[in-house]
Amino acid sequence: MKSHLPKIGAILWKDILYELRTKDIIVSVAVFVLLVLVIFSFAFDPRAETVRSLAPGIVWVAFSFAGVLGLNRSFVLEKEKGCLDGLLLCPVPREVIFLGKMLGSFVFMVLVELLTLPIFSVLFNISLFVPSFLLIALLATLGFVAVGSIFSAVAVNTKSREIMLPLLFFPIVVPVIIAAVSASGSILQNAPFGELRTWFQVLAAFDVIFLVVSSLTFEYAVEE
Amino acid sequence: MTATGREPETILEHSIEVEDLGKAFGSLWALRDVELQLRKGQVMALFGPNGSGKTTLIRVLAALARPNRGSAAVEGHDIRREAQAVRRVVGVVTHQPLLYDDLTPYENLTFYGRMYGVHNLKEKVPSVLKRVGMESRMHDRVRTLSHGMQKRAALARAILHDPQVLLLDEPESGLDPEGVLRLHEIVLELKSQGKSVLMTTHNVEQGLALADEVVVLKQGRVILRQPKAMLDAENFRASLAELMESRP
Repeated sequence: MKSHLPKIGAILWKDILYELRTKDIIVSVAVFVLLVLVIFSFAFDPRAETVRSLAPGIVWVAFSFAGVLGLNRSFVLEKEKGCLDGLLLCPVPREVIFLGKMLGSFVFMVLVELLTLPIFSVLFNISLFVPSFLLIALLATLGFVAVGSIFSAVAVNTKSREIMLPLLFFPIVVPVIIAAVSASGSILQNAPFGELRTWFQVLAAFDVIFLVVSSLTFEYAVEE
Repeated sequence: MTATGREPETILEHSIEVEDLGKAFGSLWALRDVELQLRKGQVMALFGPNGSGKTTLIRVLAALARPNRGSAAVEGHDIRREAQAVRRVVGVVTHQPLLYDDLTPYENLTFYGRMYGVHNLKEKVPSVLKRVGMESRMHDRVRTLSHGMQKRAALARAILHDPQVLLLDEPESGLDPEGVLRLHEIVLELKSQGKSVLMTTHNVEQGLALADEVVVLKQGRVILRQPKAMLDAENFRASLAELMESRP
């Protein structure tokens, strides 16, 4: 796999360059997250104890649905002008293409999360810029895009891909979202590290499983 | 020796060997019992009406689609078991340019060059784009290029890694006369280097001008396979025109 790192890097470079030109994913996803947060900020009583109990759900609802938007775009861009065929013609294992695309989605989603957190802090008066939350967010995002990338590749070949992706994807990724919400809740309640460690382990285990399974099955998702 | 049994190390007589090949989409067989061999350094023109299986054959030989039965080898590499090796030795031009709209031809080719492990991309990319007559537009975004220019960039992408076999699916469609001329030059140059070209086309004259051998497909079957030298051109044109007008 080490010899394929430059090729994974090439796919990532191409996705970042394309996004810098079009701003398709970042803008649509960031606007969506912002809208969700603003709506929730008006929907609840802004007292500290209410917000603390609801914040984990609000954050992960926003990240999850915005993430689906981004994942959808990731493979739609490849489908345009047959670029997915161009990628599949390259003499590299399918896992390399999967990892390259997945890393691109990971970078965009983390970027959107980092842009969103200050806005969340302002609207809800809670700072999530704490190392434990950032680590949980990274682990959950990795699991999210690992599963999402493969379902995005499947859904892009269907007529109603915007509906198909969340329908296929959310039932599988639910463990990651539950772990992320529960861990975030524990962080906001200042739970002991021992309790958090369990969630770190659960998310890390899901990440490894999803990465391996998705890499190995990607070939069947994209080939005729 | 079967198409798949050949050792890649031996001196190959054929760049492409296809035996009893079949490809189905659901219950519809797009290719049936296809047999053909393309000798090294030769150009084969593949004719046939829409829906006759030309594009499917190109996709199968490029290891983009898996056949349901039969076997095929490109440069001695089995398309099922050695798909990655097949992809390394083929260059493909399809109906679509396979280029990213918001990147320039230079950036697109740099990306594909990295994926194919091509060295000296800073020199190689401009030289390939110059070869197809795109040196003045190589830093413009692909979406701003005409269809013909996009097709030229697609041709540059296909030859960037010096493939042994070029698979061209209606390469002349959308090309202006200068583009067609460049295409012919490139095909003849590759041929002189001992490389092989399989091209599908609706343009009988251009196909006949380049080909050493012609193949006609109808409903997924090979109905004619003949060296051009043995072909009665007038008769062939008339028969093909009749076939093109018939239902696929």
